[in-house]
Amino acid sequence: MRALRMMLRKNQMSLLEVKDLKVRVEEREILHGLSLTVNPGQVHAIMGPNGSGKSTLSHVIAGKPGYEVTGGQILFKGEDLLEMAPNERAAKGVFLAFQYPVEIPGVTTWNFLHAALNAQRKARGEDEISSPAFLKKVREVAKSLNIPQDMLKRGVNVGFSGGEKKRNEILQMALFEPAVCILDEMDSGLDIDALRIAADGVNALRSPERAMVVITHYQRLLNYIVPDVVHVMSKGRVVKSGGKELALELEESGYAQFEDAA
Amino acid sequence: MPAVQETVERVRRIDVDQYRYGFETQIESDKAPKGLSEDTVRFISAKKNEPAWMLEWRLEAYRRWLTMTEPTWARVDYPKIDYQDIYYYAAPKPKKTLSSIDEIDPEILKTYEKLGIPLREVAILEGVEPPPGGPQTPNRKIAVDAVFDSVSVATTFQKELKAAGVIFMPISEAIREHPELVQKYLGTVVPTSDNYFATLNSAVFSDGSFVYVPPGVRCPMELSTYFRINERNTGQFERTLIIADKGSYVSYLEGCTAPQRDENQLHAAVVELVTLDDAEIKYSTVQNWYPGNSEGKGGIYNFVTKRGDCRGRNSKISWTQVETGSAITWKYPSCILRGDNSSGEFYSIAISNGFQQVDSGTKMIHLGKNTSSRIISKGIAAGKSQNTYRGLVSAHRKATGARNYTACDSLLIGDKCGAHTVPYVEAKNSSATFEHEATTSKISEDVLFYCIQRGLSQEEAVGLVVNGFVKDVLQQLPMEFAVEAQKLISISLEGSVG
Ligand SMILES: Nc1ncnc2c1ncn2[C@@H]1O[C@H](COP(=O)(O)OP(=O)(O)OP(=O)(O)O)[C@@H](O)[C@H]1O
Ligand SMILES: [Mg+2]
Repeated sequence: MRALRMMLRKNQMSLLEVKDLKVRVEEREILHGLSLTVNPGQVHAIMGPNGSGKSTLSHVIAGKPGYEVTGGQILFKGEDLLEMAPNERAAKGVFLAFQYPVEIPGVTTWNFLHAALNAQRKARGEDEISSPAFLKKVREVAKSLNIPQDMLKRGVNVGFSGGEKKRNEILQMALFEPAVCILDEMDSGLDIDALRIAADGVNALRSPERAMVVITHYQRLLNYIVPDVVHVMSKGRVVKSGGKELALELEESGYAQFEDAA
Repeated sequence: MPAVQETVERVRRIDVDQYRYGFETQIESDKAPKGLSEDTVRFISAKKNEPAWMLEWRLEAYRRWLTMTEPTWARVDYPKIDYQDIYYYAAPKPKKTLSSIDEIDPEILKTYEKLGIPLREVAILEGVEPPPGGPQTPNRKIAVDAVFDSVSVATTFQKELKAAGVIFMPISEAIREHPELVQKYLGTVVPTSDNYFATLNSAVFSDGSFVYVPPGVRCPMELSTYFRINERNTGQFERTLIIADKGSYVSYLEGCTAPQRDENQLHAAVVELVTLDDAEIKYSTVQNWYPGNSEGKGGIYNFVTKRGDCRGRNSKISWTQVETGSAITWKYPSCILRGDNSSGEFYSIAISNGFQQVDSGTKMIHLGKNTSSRIISKGIAAGKSQNTYRGLVSAHRKATGARNYTACDSLLIGDKCGAHTVPYVEAKNSSATFEHEATTSKISEDVLFYCIQRGLSQEEAVGLVVNGFVKDVLQQLPMEFAVEAQKLISISLEGSVG
């Protein structure tokens, strides 16, 4: 009986579970007890005013240094995520598409992606992927995202337009096939066509095992990537959660109604 | 802990003791008595069976040296060197004269094996992936002239070179076999009176390489010398002389390693290059001598004078260096652009970690008309090291149309190191155009985190960023060397990050 219950629980184990998370940056508390449960196969959207802590949450999940977790926990497939080194999290399938992707001069995108993929594979005890096999794979993915080949030969994000940088993030996500994808404002800077292509890329990755957390300011993105759950964040807390209609509601009335709640 | 902070912590705990080439070879050696005197000079000259003119040349240099004082202008700091406490000559004792590579002391060969130096064979190192769609590594040959402590122990590919008319041999042999060439060129680029260390070298140099490429000949293979300091307390004073006659071309590779030692060892080499009309010399160095331990103890003092003379019209000299080792580096490979339309290049990567001090750069001296020079310098400082670029670009009154482009970039890892740029510019005519760009940057936490989020370790991330930073220069190196240099860069930054 007990074993059965354990098994059931295991089956229903959420992919990502943020419990009462409290985070400080330079002595100031930014997240004041945030909770979020993401199950396999789900897409969650997080919306909320500037400065409400959305990027902070994504950084803490990914393990960016400089944040002090003062309370709560984050579980990934039931394991304590905060105990893992950031590259270990990446190898285990936590992916963050950055709001502001950085430039790395002199390092070709192709080389960077190859090195990163092999580092992840090595950490998982898998064989490294050879150059030709990798090249084939990355070309296919790039093609599906309408990313020109010569972008892969250029320095990582160097001289890329805002939209190209965002597409490069989606490219990496498709390449690494992570379990949890956190997309921090992937729609900012994308033109209408690029947005559709990027969203198609994200949708293609939706699967019963994988989950996505989509941070955005605009309901429009959610027309393309239809979420299962929408959360409203304000002042470091989730103040309301609901279905996809919540996003439409926000578009109508803005965040003012939540200011007090927070 | 923020990433950079963490990096800094690691750097404090840095362990340069992990020096990969720290091993000693047990072979009997034949040393000159300790200390420096006319007798020492005579001893060395006699050991080499040198003709009288050579001994005279040395003695003159020695007498000059006695009147000179050690320079202090470089941004390096070290305890006073006791020149009487050094052995000036150490040769591995040969049982008999060596006529082929098979006769070399197996201990020595083993040393080279440990160093991974292909003494016998074509060296094609693997590991670098060609860029997508890029060319495959060409099958290239390298002839090796190995300098073990003070004597060249082996040369390979002699036959093929001979067929092409190229002379590539230890300079001690060249002095005996090609005295006319040596006398004509030795000391004409770096005169015996040039500077304290060069003058010392002129008096006591033990061996080095000699290359002569006859007119119109493109040297059929890359020439390479590996220097290695083995004997305790022996300074190593190589002397290299390379002459590219009219319309010829040669690419020369120099690599160095030294075993790990507590005491500091002195190294004062002189390299002279001469290009006649339409000739070109490409000289590449990878220097990875022992940098000292984590407390800054030991390591090589590297005081080197390297200079090229573009003596002929349309001639070209190109220096490429990757400097990762030595406790102190004092080195300014330079070009005298004497011939009209001649050009000089200097590509440099200088990495310092631990307590290393690097003061390096170049001099481009424009004397002829329409001469041009290009300087690309990449300095990387980590740990508690100091990294200085010191460069001079000058145009003589008659050097109309002289052009120079200089770009000096420095990258800092951590906050206990320093990078300095000291450019001197002298234009004595108004038609000279000199451009200078300089940047100093730190590896940003955001860039490191981006890489780490993609699965790379902190160390891999730093390696990647650094390799990106030095890419322009690495591309100048022959493929085999580029691979080695890339590995070296990672090794020398080991311990500077997680
Ligand atoms: N390194 C830092 N130092 C100081 N304050 C910080 C730091 N990082 C974030 N903050 C602060 O934390 C708060 C939340 O920032 P965060 O970037 O998470 O907001 P956001 O919801 O992503 O906003 P936006 O919609 O504008 O992207 C802001 O007030 C911000 O100024
Ligand atoms: Mg944000």
